Amino acid sequence: MDLRDTPEEARFRDEARAWLEANIPRELQGYRGNETRFAELGRAWSRRLYEAGYAGLTWPKEYGGGGAPYSFQAIFLEEAASAEAPQHIGVIGLGMAGPTIIAHGTKAQKKRYLAKILSAEEIWCQGFSEPGAGSDLAGVRTRADLEGDRFVVNGQKVWSSYAHLADWCILVTRSDPDSQRHDGLTYLAVDMHAPGVEVRPLRQITGHAEFNEIFLTDVEVPVENVLGEIGGGWQVAMTTLLHERGTLGFALTGALEVAVGRLVALAKERGAGEDVRDRIAREWIELQAVKHTNYRALSQLIKTGIPGPEGSVAKLVWSESNQRLTKLALELLGVEGQLMGDGAYWQYQQLRSRGNTIEAGTSEILRNIIAERVLGLPRSR
Amino acid sequence: MDFTFSELQQELRAQARDWARDRYPLERAQEVVLSGEGWDDSTWGELAELGWLGVSVPEEQGGAGLSFLEEAVLYEELGYALYSGPFLVTLAALPALAPDEQPGIAAGEARWSIELDGFVPELSRVDSVVTRDGAVRAVGETLATMDLTRPLGRLERDGAWPIPGTIDLPRLHVALALEAVGVAQRALDLGVEYAKGREQFGKPIGIYQAVSHQLANTFVDVELSRSLAYWAAWSVAVGEEQAPIAAAAAKAHASEAAVAACERSIQVHGGIGFSWEHPLHLFYKRAQWIQVFAGSPAKQRATVAAALFL
Repeated sequence: MDLRDTPEEARFRDEARAWLEANIPRELQGYRGNETRFAELGRAWSRRLYEAGYAGLTWPKEYGGGGAPYSFQAIFLEEAASAEAPQHIGVIGLGMAGPTIIAHGTKAQKKRYLAKILSAEEIWCQGFSEPGAGSDLAGVRTRADLEGDRFVVNGQKVWSSYAHLADWCILVTRSDPDSQRHDGLTYLAVDMHAPGVEVRPLRQITGHAEFNEIFLTDVEVPVENVLGEIGGGWQVAMTTLLHERGTLGFALTGALEVAVGRLVALAKERGAGEDVRDRIAREWIELQAVKHTNYRALSQLIKTGIPGPEGSVAKLVWSESNQRLTKLALELLGVEGQLMGDGAYWQYQQLRSRGNTIEAGTSEILRNIIAERVLGLPRSR
Repeated sequence: MDFTFSELQQELRAQARDWARDRYPLERAQEVVLSGEGWDDSTWGELAELGWLGVSVPEEQGGAGLSFLEEAVLYEELGYALYSGPFLVTLAALPALAPDEQPGIAAGEARWSIELDGFVPELSRVDSVVTRDGAVRAVGETLATMDLTRPLGRLERDGAWPIPGTIDLPRLHVALALEAVGVAQRALDLGVEYAKGREQFGKPIGIYQAVSHQLANTFVDVELSRSLAYWAAWSVAVGEEQAPIAAAAAKAHASEAAVAACERSIQVHGGIGFSWEHPLHLFYKRAQWIQVFAGSPAKQRATVAAALFL
């Protein structure tokens, strides 16, 4: 056990920190959204990440990745978060579509898609949730009917971030109309510029539109765009979801660290009594706990290649911590916390945090996963 | 960065688990606690023979010469076993003592405790006590305590002899945090086992989310506490600057987690969990003891806040 960076890790951390310091576009520093007006800047930033070798750090070298150990990815995510660097515009491609293609894609698919994810030439979005299938993904009803060498897709997807900018979508469809639940699903890569694809922004509780609805009407998708087997889409989708909650943990704790730091600064400025100091200390302790839980999970992964049960904890705890601490910040701001407009940092963060316990697996679903897969309790459904 | 235990440390953990399973199973722990003395002094020789009492004592003083991380493994496992006996308090006295006191401890010939806030844990089970004014003989009155495994006493002082050090509080905080992790893990395991086996309305109660989510919450708490406790243990072992803050954080979090874990487990067990007959109350009382001894969670958080609000 040694929690310090190895000499190689320390060198990589120093380089990454210096590079971020010199390269983060000031207009985007601290920005977490994906509005169209920032898309060009975002693409340019992502290309710089790619050129510097920071996109796809752990991806195999043959697909344009860095072939680096997981610890480097964790270090970069930590440094990027503490520098308040904007995300790579292709987060869905990097974190979800890419790893799924690496796991299930054909040689041709890997060649076609992976490098352009890293370079931000092509942006991806995710088409999983539907109005009738949220936590219950097996309830997917978007149809994909095989006609010759193509699928004809009809249906509606929802809560898709980046769809308004995306070139490609990972889409879960029902290809066998008589199938039930987990059977008869097919996982497709869909060209977002194809005729019949319509994207409508969804305005959320913050007033911003980060998510979209996707309407698909007779969209033609060639069979070579199937990932995995026809009818085997459920297994492919599970790979995607596993990656969604994978090294994400380090980005989350990095962002939480920034938020706790800002909260301490706010409390100092406003003058904090014993009660507020106690509550902030609680949040700081919780942050250290999640952070070190991530380190344990990472060490386990590096040593054994098998993720330990610690990994299922990070997103659940982070989301609830973020909700508590943003509420505390608003409480400290008092009536001023009701003012919106420029500089309304906490106001936005507090409202946005309500989505944290819903997106990427609701807290209820995550607790089910812990109860059933980690503790071995009987399935509730 | 490597946040895993070494092979030796893992072997030590396995050894401690085996010992608890074979020599100190839950039925025995319960029987010992509820018997006259509340502990079985014959176990002390076993701990000495296993080398656990001198695990961090230098080899030239008759110990194993290992680090605080090896000691850490034992605190957690003995907490899980609900071991009753002055293991933690004897080892808590160690850093204050001169080298010539150490061989006796490693050999199992001398048992120690510490005085904090006017109380001495396990006073009647030890020979000597580390106080703020030096070491004293363990003479005084033992009080009736909620936690039967770790009674508190008050000293009658009759002259102290000088010792070179004082109680190492961060080290003690980490030891208590680790013990709390063990207690919380056992409360969780008991709850999960019960929820799998107990049927109501024709189904095992673990199928109901009102039950299973309580246990999931305990799992989360235990993992977080464990991460803090290991971080703090490593910080103490290598003398990192943040050790006192890490130790305070671990003590605050793990002791609260242990209390909550026991409370949820009692609730999951229903009536049987509320009975004297079931061992859960012994874990619950130990958790509450840990929570308040050597500084409450609020006091620990005040230490953390003082560092944040410098």
